[in-house]
Amino acid sequence: MSILINKNTRLVVQGITGNEGLFHTQQMMAYGTNVVAGVTPSKGGEWVLDGKIPVFDSVKIAVEATGANTSVIFVPARFSADAIFEAADSGVSFIVCITEGVPVQDMMRVRNYLDQKKVRLLGPNCPGLITPGECKVGIIPGNISIPGNVGVVSRSGTLTYEVVYALKLLGLGVSTCVGIGGDPINGTNFIDCLGMFEADPKTEKVVMIGEIGGTDEEKAAEFISNRMTKPVVSFIAGQTAPPGKRMGHAGAIVEGGSGLAADKVKALQDAGVKVAKHPEEIPLLLK
Amino acid sequence: MKLHEYQSKQIFAKYGVPIPKGRVAATAREARQIAEELGGRVVIKSQVLVGGRGKAGGIKLAKTPQEAEELATHILAMEIKGLPVRKVLVDEAANIEKEIYLGITNDRAARKPVMMCSAAGGVEIEEVARLTPEKIIKVHIDPLLGLRDYQARDIAASIDLPREHWRAFLQIAMGLWKAYQECDATLAEINPLVITGSNQLIAVDGKMLIDDNALFRHTDLAEMRDLDVEAPSEIEARKYGLSFIKLDGNIGCMVNGAGLAMTSMDIIKLFGGEPANFLDIGGGAGADKVSAAMRIILSDPNVKAILFNIFGGITRCDEVAKGILIAMDEVKPKVPMVVRLVGTNAEEGRQLLANANMITAETLADAAQKAVAAAKGG
Repeated sequence: MSILINKNTRLVVQGITGNEGLFHTQQMMAYGTNVVAGVTPSKGGEWVLDGKIPVFDSVKIAVEATGANTSVIFVPARFSADAIFEAADSGVSFIVCITEGVPVQDMMRVRNYLDQKKVRLLGPNCPGLITPGECKVGIIPGNISIPGNVGVVSRSGTLTYEVVYALKLLGLGVSTCVGIGGDPINGTNFIDCLGMFEADPKTEKVVMIGEIGGTDEEKAAEFISNRMTKPVVSFIAGQTAPPGKRMGHAGAIVEGGSGLAADKVKALQDAGVKVAKHPEEIPLLLK
Repeated sequence: MKLHEYQSKQIFAKYGVPIPKGRVAATAREARQIAEELGGRVVIKSQVLVGGRGKAGGIKLAKTPQEAEELATHILAMEIKGLPVRKVLVDEAANIEKEIYLGITNDRAARKPVMMCSAAGGVEIEEVARLTPEKIIKVHIDPLLGLRDYQARDIAASIDLPREHWRAFLQIAMGLWKAYQECDATLAEINPLVITGSNQLIAVDGKMLIDDNALFRHTDLAEMRDLDVEAPSEIEARKYGLSFIKLDGNIGCMVNGAGLAMTSMDIIKLFGGEPANFLDIGGGAGADKVSAAMRIILSDPNVKAILFNIFGGITRCDEVAKGILIAMDEVKPKVPMVVRLVGTNAEEGRQLLANANMITAETLADAAQKAVAAAKGG
């Protein structure tokens, strides 16, 4: 078992003929992900990657022809909102948007639309997710994690790689690792993933990697305290970040006294979560 | 991106929000000329992108064009919170009976825009928000439907606005919403919205923040960016697509990924050092970007050591190593450098740097400790 993706995932890649889309489709296939189709408007009928993957003009046609149930989006930021709307209207049940830099008002419209439908979005501005040994959707390198019983959820990209790699070095494996992305408005949050990990029989422990900005970590702490039986270890990035400065991610900014790392650490500790001082301490706290 | 008061108000006016008559001036002579055209009393307002302009003496009332020129001379020579005053707005002085606060921002938790309004507007609005938050009315706006008339009427009623002003208020609330939405603002604020002695509603001050991610569809707004609020190194970094923020410490950091870059700063501090910057070179950075990043770090004379922490995913460690070598050749750095390469093509990267006289590290903690020691001179 695992969460969100597994051997039954049938993936369509939106933006498959772009550089990023094509490169990561290869990487995902090499890892064992079942990529069934690609979409690039006006390139329908072509085949890519040595004739292995058919390209369609729309997600709807791709879903009808191939039975795709999950979509991953690599299109540029200015087209991303439309790509998400299209996927949501096409019958897939899970959408992963990797693209960084999607305008926040676009995301507000997207999120309020998706809330009326039975479709889950992960991202945008996220590395995607991986169920080690089975399937990966997105850009997380395949060789830095091994299968196991630790569920990982994170707002960051490379910091997540750092953590699962540190786990691997100590022989700890991962059930599923989910990057929820660093934007202020996204599709899937900590609580969604914590709930899924709590329900997943394969996951025994959870690692949650947060960062400054917003109050999602505080809400997660409340959820952990009230609803979770599995142990959670956490790390919060940005303890030394100055207020008012956006630390790369659109969501990573301390505003008006909220979003501080210290408040998040305290809320998590109060909920019984062990909080690591630095990423490499996480595996030690899990043991 | 922050807009100046005069820019924000001009945008509001385009959407039907009444603003005082006035223009912006770069010289005292121009200020006098505008005051003459307007006749009567005028307000001279410094245009700098910080709060507390009034308290700093950057907003003054002038009764005559002569006085306007004198005050403008004085204000244009000021620095407010470290920012030079390059322009003043000369506005017709409003006859203020009452001050209202009206703003729209993103409510991250609700995932919707929220309109906020208070009968207790003016300079003390932050105090009001802190001490008596119930005096601020909040109404969420469905981003798919937009602000509805009834919501604006509800707000007017909630702040006990006299009914004679509802019509004008509705037009202003709707104009503010359209300005917020069509400009991709993350904040659009009128404070104060004034009821004048002649019973008019008028936006005396305005503020807008624009979503940097949306500037691709607002080239006109992008041109309004005021570079004074950013350190020169931050402007240079943006040219190369680097995310850079200058800090006060002495250990330069070059990292791929924002979360990992923040973590690298944190861990330097944990081991007793002080980071000189936040720097995310982004995913898939090539040699040219890396060498630009290194030049920017080294342009800070406080930097006594550099930490390179690269976890290769899309980014290839050998590309980063090539960039480091190019930059070393150009700028001949004299400070010690600690490098940690993990992930995609890390081995190739390490081989490239083998003769570069750099301190290598295996783990993140190890790298941070070595950088802290190097910055302290040993």
